[in-house]
Amino acid sequence: MTATEDREGTRPIRVLIGKPGLDGHDRGAKVVARALRDAGMEVIYTGLHQTPEEIVEAALQEDVDVVGLSILSGAHLTLVPAVVDLLRLQHMDDVKVVVGGIIPEEDAEALRKLGVRAVFGPGTETDEIVRFTRECVKRA
Amino acid sequence: MSMGKSILAGDRRALARALTLVESEPRAADEIIAEVYPHTGHGIVVGVTGAPGVGKSTLVDKLAGQFLARGRKVGILAVDPSSPFTGGALLGDRVRMEGRGSEVFMRSLASRGHLGGLARATPRAIQLLQAFGKDLILLETVGAGQSEVDVMGFADTTIVVVVPGLGDDVQAFKAGILEIGDIFVVNKSDRPGADQTMRELRQMLHMGPARTWQPPVLAAQAQQDIGIAEIADAILRHSEVRLSDPEQSARRVQEAERLVRDALADQLVQRVVARSKAEGNWQEVLAAVAERRLDPVRAARALHAEAE
Repeated sequence: MTATEDREGTRPIRVLIGKPGLDGHDRGAKVVARALRDAGMEVIYTGLHQTPEEIVEAALQEDVDVVGLSILSGAHLTLVPAVVDLLRLQHMDDVKVVVGGIIPEEDAEALRKLGVRAVFGPGTETDEIVRFTRECVKRA
Repeated sequence: MSMGKSILAGDRRALARALTLVESEPRAADEIIAEVYPHTGHGIVVGVTGAPGVGKSTLVDKLAGQFLARGRKVGILAVDPSSPFTGGALLGDRVRMEGRGSEVFMRSLASRGHLGGLARATPRAIQLLQAFGKDLILLETVGAGQSEVDVMGFADTTIVVVVPGLGDDVQAFKAGILEIGDIFVVNKSDRPGADQTMRELRQMLHMGPARTWQPPVLAAQAQQDIGIAEIADAILRHSEVRLSDPEQSARRVQEAERLVRDALADQLVQRVVARSKAEGNWQEVLAAVAERRLDPVRAARALHAEAE
């Protein structure tokens, strides 16, 4: 253990990237995870086929600032509210939820009403996701 | 309720937040550690190390399941490397973990520039998990190979994981990694060359001095859950031998010495640097050393003398 590091630590933003539900496509999730890491964040990737319960438990244990959900299965109107409700149940309302995937605009609006901070569709630049993530953690 | 008390009472969120503090704001965590420290030091800490891709995460996951079934309270700390350029980290060990709900508390730690295969916060993270009530902690290092031997300083039992056919075996079993193992696991043992790898490992281990504990070499196929019970048995056997060892109390004192020395070093550095910054000559000294007008040792001595 070196004593030379300055102990006035800085707290990197911690993000959990989860893939709830049944779709098996995690290329997008991995690209986003990579971009956030390259922006200096600590990114916990959970892998495929997670239940909302597993995602929220992981978010709790890892004490993340942001939960990013990648959903391509079309089940976003079931999965996202489940995650949001479970977070509330655990008194984790301060954790920001963002969603990425193929989400029709009217559904995106419904998700935002639930408290989802952002919905990123196909073609979103990773820079935009990085910028938004930084902003929404800073605002807290 | 204080954070320390909440952890002792089994509050998972308090534990998670305290882990963040020991990682990011060690000063702020001092109080919590002071409060929980009397309730730490029990149970078994199992370190799992080995080169990238040998199956450490899968093995840790299966061992977690095995010990849960045996009634242990299991915690996992998994360390992954931070990027030296951006400070970011991709912590992917959860991908290999089966969902065990809230039964297992797992935390991914980024190494944050700390060498030796672990994160700087590791000892305190272990203490927090123990205070929370975990009595079997699995500590997974970053994909290590040769120099990452820190793990043995924090673990009661160190498992070194290898796979068959890693090229020149003698190369793979270099000093260091061979000496830190209390248990050797040849994972993916259905692969060709497994027998040879096990034989060579056993031979090399027998070349060493005779010890009260002769490290076993065990075959496993972690993904298929094969060989896991035997590894768990070996961990418990090693733990018994360790606890009945007359040198055990001396080792505890050694461990205490390391913790106190680390804390002392931290506090001294903190004080001297703060003092120099307040005096306004910190940058000046750094520049002098960078430009080779002053050597680092004399710089440190001068700063130290000034702060006395």
